[in-house]
Amino acid sequence: MSDETLIPMLPIEEFERRERRRMSPVADIWDLLDRVKDPEVPVISIWELGVLQDITVQEDVVTVSITPTYSGCPAINAMAEDIVDCLAAAGYDHVNVQTRLQPAWTTSWMSAEAKRKLVDYGIAPMQKDDEGIQCPHCRSVDVKLVSYFGSTACKALYQCKSCDEPFDYFKNL
Amino acid sequence: MSNVANEKIAAYANRLGDDSLIHGHRLSEWCSNGPFLEEDLAMTNVALDYIGRARNFLTYAAELIGGGATEDTLAYERDCLEYTNLLIYELPKGDFAFTTARQYLLDEFELLFLTALCNSEDSTLAAVAEKSLKETRYHLRRSKEWMLRLGNGTEESKEKLQTAVEQLIGYTPELFEVDALEKDLISGGIAVDRAGLEESWRSACEKTFDEAGVNMPQAVWRVKGGRTGFHTEHLGHLLADMQFVQRAYPGCQW
Ligand SMILES: [Zn+2]
Repeated sequence: MSDETLIPMLPIEEFERRERRRMSPVADIWDLLDRVKDPEVPVISIWELGVLQDITVQEDVVTVSITPTYSGCPAINAMAEDIVDCLAAAGYDHVNVQTRLQPAWTTSWMSAEAKRKLVDYGIAPMQKDDEGIQCPHCRSVDVKLVSYFGSTACKALYQCKSCDEPFDYFKNL
Repeated sequence: MSNVANEKIAAYANRLGDDSLIHGHRLSEWCSNGPFLEEDLAMTNVALDYIGRARNFLTYAAELIGGGATEDTLAYERDCLEYTNLLIYELPKGDFAFTTARQYLLDEFELLFLTALCNSEDSTLAAVAEKSLKETRYHLRRSKEWMLRLGNGTEESKEKLQTAVEQLIGYTPELFEVDALEKDLISGGIAVDRAGLEESWRSACEKTFDEAGVNMPQAVWRVKGGRTGFHTEHLGHLLADMQFVQRAYPGCQW
């Protein structure tokens, strides 16, 4: 039996993250933050990206915990600002965004749905061991690596040998 | 935890932050100067990872130091004598072969060092290491590939790579030096015993050098001094560039 036929297992950190949302007494705030997108891939929300880790409310202070994708990812500051703006628009004036490094972010937290959105946006989603990467334009797997690093920290640059189009690949981390 | 211990952990985090910051800055100098666009992007992306790593280490150091210290005061308000990065990080970027060789030697080192730091008793250092380790694994894939391409490329690329390695080798023993501060922190389960990494590092490097057809020289000469503030003349120039805005407009923010 090949790996693909096994039931996909959710990493424990991702299971816990989904539980935190499911059990949260402030479901409306989680829902509001679904509007905050990754500034570099604006079809994916910070929830789908795995960056949004937790939301707690004490008195009237909302604390939002996020985790960076890459240590030097400049988008993290933009995401923090967008979180504050999004909640302020809904009447939450005291918002505290804190960054957590542990557990370290991994692409394995991203859902199948998020991967589908990446493809529709023209980005090839991460594959285990970076093997079996598919061209998001023509679905060919006959592709080659052009550069380990692309336009942002989370992407590498590939080219399709079937349709010749270059494309971004969301790196496996 | 006692304040004495905190002071030592702060100094240790500061060192690791200095190493990452200076390395990140050197890589950033390739921005718009890369041999071609893809490598320009690669080097600046790696630079970003190192600067992010530096921010994590320096923010933690600043927290422990207290008294208004921040990642920015540590980065922008210290001069050469107070910088504690190892010398290998501050050497000018040189040509592409030199940058590649340095990156490769350091990637092999970082892989071992960060793997060990993940087990630190200090949970913040361990968290920064866990984050950085994933990035370093990826950096190593690229730097190793370039070692093979340059080594097995043309006579000229091979010669440039060999020259670069010979210029770098005497700076590598400092990576494995343990001083009194680190000895203390090692016994507390906080710091990594660098000395214990040298053998694995050398054999990993030798394997790649073999494949690249380049000799891995012995370090017959060696230079040190970074941890005690005795730097090469290059660091001052780097800091003049990196700190210019803060020196001209103290405390400015954007
Ligand atoms: Zn295609």
